[in-house]
Order: sequence, then C-alpha cells, then structure tokens
Amino acid sequence: MPFVEEYVDAVVVGAGHAGCEAALACARLGLVTVIFTVSVDSIALMPCNPNIGGSSKGHLVRELDALGGEMGKVIDRTFIQSKMLNVSKGPAVHSLRAQADKAEYSRAMRMVLENTKGLQIVQAEVTEILAEEGQVTGVRLYSGAVYHAKTVILCTGTYLKARCIYGDVSNFTGPNGLQAANHLTDSLKKLGIEMYRFKTGTPARIDGRTVDFEKMEEQKGDQKIIPFSFTTDPKTVQIDQVSCWLTYTNEKTHEIIRENLDRSPLYSGAIEGTGPRYCPSIEDKVVRFADKNRHQVFIEPEGRYTNEMYVGGMSSSLPEDVQHAMYHSVPGLEHAKIVRNAYAIEYDCINPQQLYPTLEFKKIRGLFSGGQFNGSSGYEEAACQGLVAGINASMEVLGKKQIIIDRSQGYIGVLIDDLVTKENHEPYRMMTSRAEYRLLLRQDNADQRLTPLGYEAGLISEERYQALLHKIEQIRQEKERLEKTMVGANSSVQAFLKNHNSTELRTAVSLAEILRRPEMTYAYLKEIDKDCPDLPEDVAEQAEIDIKYDGYIRRQLKQVEQFRKLEQKRIPEDLDYEKIPSLRLEAVQKLKLCKPISIGQASRISGVSPADLSVLLVYLEQRKRQERKP
Amino acid sequence: MQRSDTIAAVATAMAGSGIGVIRISGEEAFAIAEKVFRPAKKDKVLHEQETYTIHYGKIMDGEEILDEVIVLLMKGPHSYTAEDTVEIDCHGGVYVVKRILELVLRKGARAAEPGEFTKRAFLNGRIDLSQAEAVMDVIQAKNEYALKSSIRQLRGSVRDRIRRIREQVLYEIAFIESALDDPEHISLEGYPKRLKEKIKELTEQTEALLKNADEGRILREGIRTVIIGKPNAGKSSLLNVLAGEERAIVTDIAGTTRDTLEEQIKLRGLILHMIDTAGIRKTEDVVEQIGVERAKGSIPDADLVLYVVDSSTSLDENDREIMSLLKEQKVIVLLNKTDLPMVTTPEMVEKVFSRPSVCISAKEETGFDQFSQMVEEMFLKGAVSYDEEMHLTNIRHRISMEKAAESLEKVMESIRLGMPEDFYSIDLMDAYESLGTIIGESAGEDLIQEIFSKFCVGK
Repeated sequence: MPFVEEYVDAVVVGAGHAGCEAALACARLGLVTVIFTVSVDSIALMPCNPNIGGSSKGHLVRELDALGGEMGKVIDRTFIQSKMLNVSKGPAVHSLRAQADKAEYSRAMRMVLENTKGLQIVQAEVTEILAEEGQVTGVRLYSGAVYHAKTVILCTGTYLKARCIYGDVSNFTGPNGLQAANHLTDSLKKLGIEMYRFKTGTPARIDGRTVDFEKMEEQKGDQKIIPFSFTTDPKTVQIDQVSCWLTYTNEKTHEIIRENLDRSPLYSGAIEGTGPRYCPSIEDKVVRFADKNRHQVFIEPEGRYTNEMYVGGMSSSLPEDVQHAMYHSVPGLEHAKIVRNAYAIEYDCINPQQLYPTLEFKKIRGLFSGGQFNGSSGYEEAACQGLVAGINASMEVLGKKQIIIDRSQGYIGVLIDDLVTKENHEPYRMMTSRAEYRLLLRQDNADQRLTPLGYEAGLISEERYQALLHKIEQIRQEKERLEKTMVGANSSVQAFLKNHNSTELRTAVSLAEILRRPEMTYAYLKEIDKDCPDLPEDVAEQAEIDIKYDGYIRRQLKQVEQFRKLEQKRIPEDLDYEKIPSLRLEAVQKLKLCKPISIGQASRISGVSPADLSVLLVYLEQRKRQERKP
Repeated sequence: MQRSDTIAAVATAMAGSGIGVIRISGEEAFAIAEKVFRPAKKDKVLHEQETYTIHYGKIMDGEEILDEVIVLLMKGPHSYTAEDTVEIDCHGGVYVVKRILELVLRKGARAAEPGEFTKRAFLNGRIDLSQAEAVMDVIQAKNEYALKSSIRQLRGSVRDRIRRIREQVLYEIAFIESALDDPEHISLEGYPKRLKEKIKELTEQTEALLKNADEGRILREGIRTVIIGKPNAGKSSLLNVLAGEERAIVTDIAGTTRDTLEEQIKLRGLILHMIDTAGIRKTEDVVEQIGVERAKGSIPDADLVLYVVDSSTSLDENDREIMSLLKEQKVIVLLNKTDLPMVTTPEMVEKVFSRPSVCISAKEETGFDQFSQMVEEMFLKGAVSYDEEMHLTNIRHRISMEKAAESLEKVMESIRLGMPEDFYSIDLMDAYESLGTIIGESAGEDLIQEIFSKFCVGK
C-alpha cells in the first residue's frame, strides 16, 4: 500500500515542554526538524500547576535560558505574577517563581515554534521507532507514513498508555482528556528498552467567582520583578500583577479524607504506578504527616482571561463526591464550584539508566529522550532535558562533540546525572538538597556558568556571548577595586559603621573587608565609597556575593576540585566488567547496566561500594600501563 | 613509562640499627645523588657508571661531611620500581639517616608516600599480572570483610564512635536540607541555637578522640621530650648519656648547641623522642638567638620537658624566664653537675618552681636510675592512658579528624555570624566527608593511594 515517506534530519516525538525545547534546539542548530504532537492545540500545555520556577526549579529555568533555551523568554512574556522565593535565606537558595497565564504561555510557545526556520509541526501519533543495527533510522506514524531521520528524540511526557483515575472512574486518556499514545510502548519494548509505570496527579480547578477570598490571605507578587531570561530587559516585566490566595485544610478536611481512604485508588491498589513522594497528594500528606492539623492550600489563577483557579496543595484521586466534600471543608471554598475534578494519571516511561548523560540511549545510536518519559516530573525538569537532548542529537548529526553538564556546573547536571545514574523508582523532582555545590550553582550566576557552553554549541549569539564576557570583566574589575580601596579609621567611617551596628575600625582596611561583615551590604557601602562606579545591578550583585561569601565559596570550590578528580577518571566504553577479577557480582551487574562514563559516575551507583571502586581503579590503571607499553 | 617525579624515603627501620638505607627513585635519582655524593675517586660520575655497581664516598651537605657511605646504582627498568634508583647505605643512627634524607629532599626529591615504591613498581608493570592479581585479592578480602581489614589500625570502638559522630552530622545536614525543600512542614525556627549545642557536643567528642590520638602518637613515635636549660647546664651531655653515644657536640664553651638535635632513646620500655635545644639566655649573637628562639618554640609541643639546671651555680634571671616558659608543661627538673660543690639545692628549686626534681651528674652518670623511674611513673601511671582501643594511631586518620574538627568549628562560626542556615551544610558536609575517610565510608580520590599505602615504606 502506498504511504507518505519523508526524509528529515531530526524527529521530535511530543510537543510538551521537553519536546518544544528539543525541537527548537535542533532547528536552530540547522537540522531539518519535524515535531509530532497528538494535538497542535496542546503544544506547551501546562496540564498541572499554573507556574514556572519555584525552589530549585527556578534555577533550572535560568540555566536553561543561559544555555539558549526558550522557556524563560516565553514565561517573561506571559507571566501574571512573579516572586523571588527564600530571600530571607542565603543567595544560593533564592529562587524565582512566576504564575503563568497558561493559555498565553502555550500560545506564545507555539508561535515561537511556528516561526522557527527549519521546524515543521505535524499533528499525528508516532507508533513505531525504526532502527537498524543499533542505529535509529526514523519513525512510523499511525497512518502508516514513514519519516526517515538521522536522529529521534522521544518526549512523550505522560501520554504513553496514559490512564486518568479518580475514585473508580478511569479514562484511557492523556492529561485534560487528550488522546493517549497507546502503540509506541510496544515498539520500544521490541527494541529492548525497559519500561516503568509511574503515576502523578493534579488537584481540582474551581470557578473563581465561587471563592470567598475574604477568608484567605492575599499573596502578592514582588514589588520589583526580576525576569527569568538573562536577555529580558527588566524594564519590560514591571507589570500589574494578579494575586494568589492562601488558605488551609483543617481537621474536618483530614477526617473526610481519612474516612474515605479505602475508596482512594492509591490505597485500594487500583493504581499500580509509583507516585512522587515529593509532590504528594493531599491524601498522602494526611497519612504521612498525621500529626499536622493543617496543610497549606494556594488558590492560584490559571490566567487573566479565565475564572478557573488551581487549588495548589490538594491534588487527589479520591472519588468525585469525596473531592467535593473535601474542598468544601476548606475556609473560603465552602461554596466553590468545581470546573475540573482532581485526578491521578498513570503512564509508561523508561528506566533512565538506559541513557548516557548525553540523554542518548546506550542501546540505540541516534535515539535520545527527555522529560517525563525519562521518569522526571515538572515542566522545568522536562524542558531542561529536552534542551540537552536536542543539543546532543544535533551535535551527533553534525559530527560535533556532545555536551555533558556535570554536577558542579549546574542543577541540570545534577538532574541528568541523578536520572541516568541512580535507581529511580518514582517521578524525579528537582530539589535544592539534591545539589551538592549549591553555593556555586546560584540562579544569579547561571549565565556565567553555562552561557559559554551554549555559545560553543551554537545556541547563543555572538552578541550575547560578548555581552557576557563584558559583564564578567566588569565584575572582576569591581571586585579588584573593592579589595584594593582602603578606608582609614576616620570619623566619618566610624560613624558609618556605628550607624550600621558594625564594630569600629582600629586600622585602615579595604572596602571588601568591611563588606565581608555579615551586617554590611554593597548598598550601605556606597555611603563611604565615594568613587563607586555606576554599575549595572547584576554586576554589582555578583561582586557583592563573590566578596561577601568568599570563604564559603572557596571551601565549596575545594569540594568541587575533589569531585572533579573522580569525574575525570574516564572508563572506556568497551570495558568488560566480567573480566575484572575480584569485582563483586552485584557490582558487575550494576556497572554493566549503567555503563558509567567515569569513576565519579560509578561511585554514585547504588550497590557499588568504595571497595569496588578500588578494584576498578587498579584494573584501569594497570590496563593503561599495558596499553602504553610498545 | 609515565613521567613521574623523583621520590625518596628511608628504606630501613627508623631505629638505632647498624645500617641505614635511603632509597631514591625516579628520573632525577642519579642527578640528585650526584649533588649530595662526593665519590672517593674524584672524577667518578655516577650516571656514567654501570647499573648494579657500588661506589664509596661521602655525603656532603655543602662542605659539611654528613657520613661515609656506599651508594648502589640501579638503572631503570632493572630496579624494583623499574625507574632509575639509587640507594645510599650509611651508618644507621637515626639522626644521620634523617639528615641525609632531608638533604636529598632539599636537592629535589619528594618524600615518598607510604607504599609509593611498590605502587610505582606495579604501575610501571614491574610486578606482573599474577602478582597484580594477588594485590586485587587483598582488595577482595577488603570487600568481603568490609571495613574490618581495610582499617586494621583502627579498633572497633573508635570506628563506632566516629560513625556515631558522623551519623549525627548527617542528621543535621538532612534536617537543614529537608527544611529548605519543605519549609511548610519543617521549620528552622530556633534551629541555630539547637545546632550550636549539638556542634559543641560533637566537638567535645572529636577533641577526645584527638587527645587520644595524641597518646597513640606517643606510643608509636615516642614521648616528645625537650631538653631545656641555660647554656652549659649540661643538656647535650645528658642527651649523650641517655643515647649512649657522642651525638651532640659537647664542649665547655657555653652556647655550643646552636640548633636543635633529635634522638630517639629507649628508657624502660618507653620510647623518648629527645630534642636537645640551644641554651636559653639573653644573647647578642644572632645565630645563637635563632637557636634560643627555636628552643622556646619547641616547648609547647613537648609531652615532657627536661629542665637541666647547673647545680654548681645559682639560679638567675635566665632561669626565671625558663620557669615562666614552662608553666603549662609537664616538667622534670634535673639538677646536673652534682660532682661539683652544690650551690642550688632541690629545695631551693622547689620553692620557686613546684615540679619533681632529680640530682644527676652527666659526667659521672649518676642519678639516672631515679630519673628513669620518675619518667616511667609519669607515663605509665595515669598521665598517659594505654588503652589501645581508643587510639587513632594512623597519621592520615588523625589529619582527617583534625579536618573534621576544623569544619565543625567553621559551622560554629557561621552560627555566630548569623549566616543563613543553608550555609551550615557546606562545612557540615566537609566534616561528614572527613570522618568518612577515616572509617572508609567515603570514596575519596586517593583510592589507589590508600590501597598501596598498605605496604610499608621503601619496600
């Protein structure tokens, strides 16, 4: 039977947050790219919470932007409220979060895709991955059409054999009732790919007109808004913001939940997928934090042009009637009308240990994947993986060096390393605590950390790169000036110090020395720093942080140095672990499966002990010596 | 073969044996040997000599003769390490061996790590596969018996204590981290104060271990004994009597010992690591002043101070200065020169300086039994614990423990400075890692080093 046959460079399967970034990266790097989606109207859909960023996720978005991704730019154009979180804590944990106008966000991202040269959007379901001798060759669609491609990136999100559940109601659909993709899993299994089944959930959406905001605390956005993208002019984001609202569950809510736990598909066994511990449903929270008599509930608008509101903190898969009773027990929601029920969703994803840190399948050359398909959760986590998969797929087609971001370079590195190295039995969510070198991986210096890498890959323009170099030089000069400028113990300086509750000077010291005092800030310093140059805010901020936390930064750098030593000890791809004498069987199995690229990565595999590493190190060193012999 | 620097170490036991061997291995081994060795036959050049030959001559530090020696030459790859190797065989006194090693190090060699010669032999393919497999079997044993054999020096109770400290550090890290990620359910309110108490407690524990570690050092390296006194009180003579050899240069001229001399002696089963110092007095002589400063500097690290007083002269302001320097120290006062008419008596000393004293004569070698007994009583009864169970005897372990203690101190500082909580975890993590390297639960970057350090130095 005749069928459509096309030849392209890259195929991206799925147009969620991972797929969009992957496709944009490929097309921008010069690949003829096709992106498939089950519905063009669902491009960059936000089927769960209406916000981008948040603790540690804000870091991810900034890093993505620094590398040349799109999410930060789009949210800067479509947000309706913005907040820098954790400002009372150290700069390492400051994190940006923006409320999105969901519909606007999707529309804006779709427009970017539509207007990207070399990128074609096609609405169709991909049913088969084509591969020959361990090399991907293209995809087949439900219609029978074949797209030959040099590389394929899988970003199927939660759509593979998706099932939405609440109570005993169960629909075989993707999120928001969208069509599920029911065929691809079998094709992947045939290629020898190991699949997992994960679960996640979302709370109800309610009609804003039926909410009594009087009973809630208003949550306003920041006075001064900081954009996500390093390319966005801060002046353009100072908009009128909408508010979110805070209320709490109570004993009554918890009682309703507890009484109906047996009707929850999670506890009755109807859901087999594993859910995220770190993004628990309200029934999970009530069970796990039995001693808490209330939990926060955030009521967040879904956009400017809709009355729908998201009930943050109360995701659930309880039956419809229980949901109604439960939501109505919350102050302010007594009369709330539910527009969409809360539900849990189950879907197929992969064991991401089958991937290299480049996000390419170890078994199939040219096949990459990103996003929830890799067992993560969250828009930001997905977007970052999509971007990295897109860049590396392009590098492979172009015959260039692929990029790997390590744990000391970014949260993206932590995210991907955790996914491909550690055993992961639940949807992976980024968290601040997962990053070891937090003080170096701040949201404010993501550009310095990663833009050079994006420039090298080809996603950052010459102009933007030069601007970064200029910024770095300005920071250096300002730090040097502060270190070198001495102030004496004269009366005006003493008065200044006294005024700011700081100890008076005994001898002359540098401005940097004064700045290092915990109670001092760069802004205060201007009172005695008459020659302070008029620097851009971000430059001054970097100089201040670098000087103020100098000692801690240096200690963290030392930790990184230790870490890198093991990362740099590479393990040859062809290493036959079974041939290594004295290596324990468990270690052999784990190492064979994970195929770590370095001793460092091997050290993070659960089940591989320090003693196993010693054996491995000795073996590698010996092998190296033998190869060097003539 | 990989380019590597040149290493040197003493290959024989650091004890008063008849012969001492200093081994130098690496590309510069011959060049370095040439810098310190003056062959008996003037025009002999070491690197022009055949491999496996022996040469007689002197080790020279500038114009000073350190010892008469013979050197053995082995050219790579026909040596233990497969690198160019020179062995210097000298007379075995600890002092001479040490001076020669120091000289070699000064001339460009690096002090070998424990087991480094064996490591090089292995890495240079000098040890064949079957031998290498034997090495791996050793490691395998480490696998099967977990930590037990990998940390043989460390007895169970110490390990358990360290593990407990480490677990508590980890708990605090976990608490901070979870509070950062879930501020809704975990509050940091009042936490700094609680952490301060906890760190105080942990610091006490690490300090206790370090103190015991110090005692462990005493067992292994000997009691660090510093001899102090005015010029010509007879300090060097005392050392010579104790060492049973003419080691320090003894003359009747005050101020002969201008530097510190070290010697290890055995006294009733105890090892005394003796440090002879320049006499302390006010002096205009610049060189002598340096010696005096060094003498003063050696006091705080001493486990025991032997304060030598010339009993044939009276106490003066120099003695008063010395006494004030020794206020914090464990001291034995030795009233020397009792062969001469006594001017200063034990009673007179005790009045101004309440420490035990013994009358001796270094010249006639009297009073030493009483002295030995005093030392023995001091160190075998109470003052130093001999409970080996609690000792961190390995230097690497002690350094790691010190690092851990430093990191905990930095956490305290962060709390004092009112830093945000997320800063605490940086140093807590360091403390956790340092403790982990002691009990083998952290995979450090020095893994190969660790494996090969199981071999003794120089072998």
